[in-house]
Amino acid sequence: MSAQGIGQILVYVVVLIALGYPLGIYMARVYNDDDFARRGRLRWLGAIERGFFRTLRVDGAREQDWKSYGKVTLIFSAIFSLFLYGMLRLQGHLFLNPDHLPAVPAHIALNTTASFITNTNWQYYGGEYTMSYLSQMAGLAVQNFVSAAVGMAVLAAVVRGIARRSRNEIGNFWRDLYRSLVYVLLPLAVILGVLLVSQGVVQTFHSHATATTLQGAHQTIARGPAASQISIKQLGTNGGGYYNSNSAVPFENSNGISNFFEMLALLLIPAGQVFMFGKMVGARRHGWMVFAAMLAVFAIGVAVNLPAEQHGSQVLRNSGVNITQGNGQSGGNMADKEVRFGQAASTNWTVATSDASNGSVNSGFDAQTPAGGAVPLVNLFLGEVIFGGVGSGLYGMFFYIIIAVFIAGLMVGRTPEWLGKKIEAREIKLAALGALFVPTMVLTMTAVAIVTKSGVASIYNHGVHGFTETLYAYDSQSNNNGSAFAGYGATSFSASFGTVALYLGRFVPLLAALALGGSLAKKKIVPASAGTFRTDGPTFVVLLVGVIALTAGLMILPALTLGPIVEGLMH
Amino acid sequence: MRNLVASIAAIVVITAFFGFAYPAAMTGFASVTFSNKANGSLIVRNGTVVGSKLAAQAFTSPTYFHERPSGTSPAYNAGATTFLNYGPTSSDLAKLVAQNAQAILKLEGPYNPGLTIHDIPVDAVTTSASGIDPDISPAYAALQARRVAAVRHLPLATVQKLIKENTDGRSLGFFGEPGVNVLELNLALDKLGGK
Repeated sequence: MSAQGIGQILVYVVVLIALGYPLGIYMARVYNDDDFARRGRLRWLGAIERGFFRTLRVDGAREQDWKSYGKVTLIFSAIFSLFLYGMLRLQGHLFLNPDHLPAVPAHIALNTTASFITNTNWQYYGGEYTMSYLSQMAGLAVQNFVSAAVGMAVLAAVVRGIARRSRNEIGNFWRDLYRSLVYVLLPLAVILGVLLVSQGVVQTFHSHATATTLQGAHQTIARGPAASQISIKQLGTNGGGYYNSNSAVPFENSNGISNFFEMLALLLIPAGQVFMFGKMVGARRHGWMVFAAMLAVFAIGVAVNLPAEQHGSQVLRNSGVNITQGNGQSGGNMADKEVRFGQAASTNWTVATSDASNGSVNSGFDAQTPAGGAVPLVNLFLGEVIFGGVGSGLYGMFFYIIIAVFIAGLMVGRTPEWLGKKIEAREIKLAALGALFVPTMVLTMTAVAIVTKSGVASIYNHGVHGFTETLYAYDSQSNNNGSAFAGYGATSFSASFGTVALYLGRFVPLLAALALGGSLAKKKIVPASAGTFRTDGPTFVVLLVGVIALTAGLMILPALTLGPIVEGLMH
Repeated sequence: MRNLVASIAAIVVITAFFGFAYPAAMTGFASVTFSNKANGSLIVRNGTVVGSKLAAQAFTSPTYFHERPSGTSPAYNAGATTFLNYGPTSSDLAKLVAQNAQAILKLEGPYNPGLTIHDIPVDAVTTSASGIDPDISPAYAALQARRVAAVRHLPLATVQKLIKENTDGRSLGFFGEPGVNVLELNLALDKLGGK
């Protein structure tokens, strides 16, 4: 841990805010302005948008209530699942397969489909030797855009619901989807993709290269259209790597600059969405307070992970090798880490990716110290609301905000209010469902996987660490993160069980959020009074962080005790 | 039914654009502007591809600088990258680190009188995340310099100068950590002759 390393992380936060804020204001216009790109020099863009609606035979201007919005979200995702599954199973017979890879096995294809449709990108396979260029490019990478856009669309609809009064409609799914894809994700992906190629990330249709090494051996070098996919996997909080070792691989993340921008992309849209929310509901200070709460949890993650990793594991300390930082090395726990990133940049990524529901990695989590590795584990369990997935993070945070104002209301004995809306029984029930469903599912599934033979078969490291691997696997899939304690293996049991976790973890909270938005849209505005709990001050930040810690944090504590805490104490 | 038709149409349009047009355009752009980088930063010597600037390769000869350990199979497999995934408290990790450290002591000891395990930097005995980390820490390069200089009958200062020249500093002097690119360093040594 050095001043230089901490400086890198501080610069990261500053740049994140500097870019996230204007992006948020821009996104508010994209979703709120009916005439966006309809007038002036950008008219041609609007013409393309109308052409898209004509092709689909939908009326992009006709708004839907939350039920219709939710219904079309589900149908669209279901059909796309079938399409993607078919492509993975048939890739051996299709084109753009220069390395002649066979069909993806059924259980892997099923899990992978669920994983990419739900914006998770959990990977039970190694990309470069399982997926053809077609599957990567026209299958998985398309979902990187689409699953992200679905989350963004749903968030836009929920935020509209919060902002509106006495209305049934919360937006049009197709229009929100299109605008997320074309006006937000595409331009950012192009900019980042070009930047990555300029730093050495590969982007080619040529098959693998073969080298004759200096000592005369043959070396196969996997390549492919990676940069275009990596840019969106970072931006869309997807995380599924082109290569098995994800953004640790130099062809996917070549140097300090590519690493910084990939990390920035990881939190950019979720951070921007907090400001977008503040703008759309006309409560910018409240937006900043939500942002502050997220930043506080992010900072805690860094403050735990960085010293733990720099201190190194007991095994490395006892071995006698030099793990002290300085004199030409970054030191610390370098197991499954890359020299060009060292400790600070690895920590920054670890915390950002687990906060963001991204799940891409630039170091191996399985090898992190017990305390260091507990950070992503806990971050995941908080329900991916600290920045969180694009769209899904913030609508997940709404559940906690409602619980927070509810508790504040109980304390002063008044009906809770949020942004001028009375929070009543229906909203509380939906928020409780949204906040508690996934953690309950994680614990149940982990319990089943740890007491059954078929579940235990996936474990790679024996003993306590094996329990942590299992917990992490269901934590990651249910919360749609996708990062892994990568030793945990694919069996037909773990793959199918994971598929259930993926779909339920995505769509139960999504529907709860839409229902919440629909319910709030119908309400009238109550003028704030002296007894109204203020949600635009630091008290609210403390309460919100406290509520998250109490609801999700306490739920995972017993499981944490069985895993990393025991592991940390044993050695 | 209306939603079904719209979904299918949307899937076709979106896949055509985001699945084909977008990556094709990006590939076209990349091949024009950054052809070498886009194709894997391959290094060609005397008409043969000898490796990539971005991938470690196996060096076992004492005339060369050695890479970090690799968890891929076989080692340094740039066609199937992987983490090693040994847990932080596993006995496998302890065994592996001890083994690697002993091998280094045996190899470098004769050229570095008084060398002990405490002088070995941690990156030299741990696997990298990708298994093909092209860099070693400047500390590990410094440790290997005496051996390479002695075996190649080169002045130590010459080898140290080459290490310096092939050290990639932090990007923009700020982001990430410095590393020594082993393949480029070894190529520079070969160019110098004195094998």
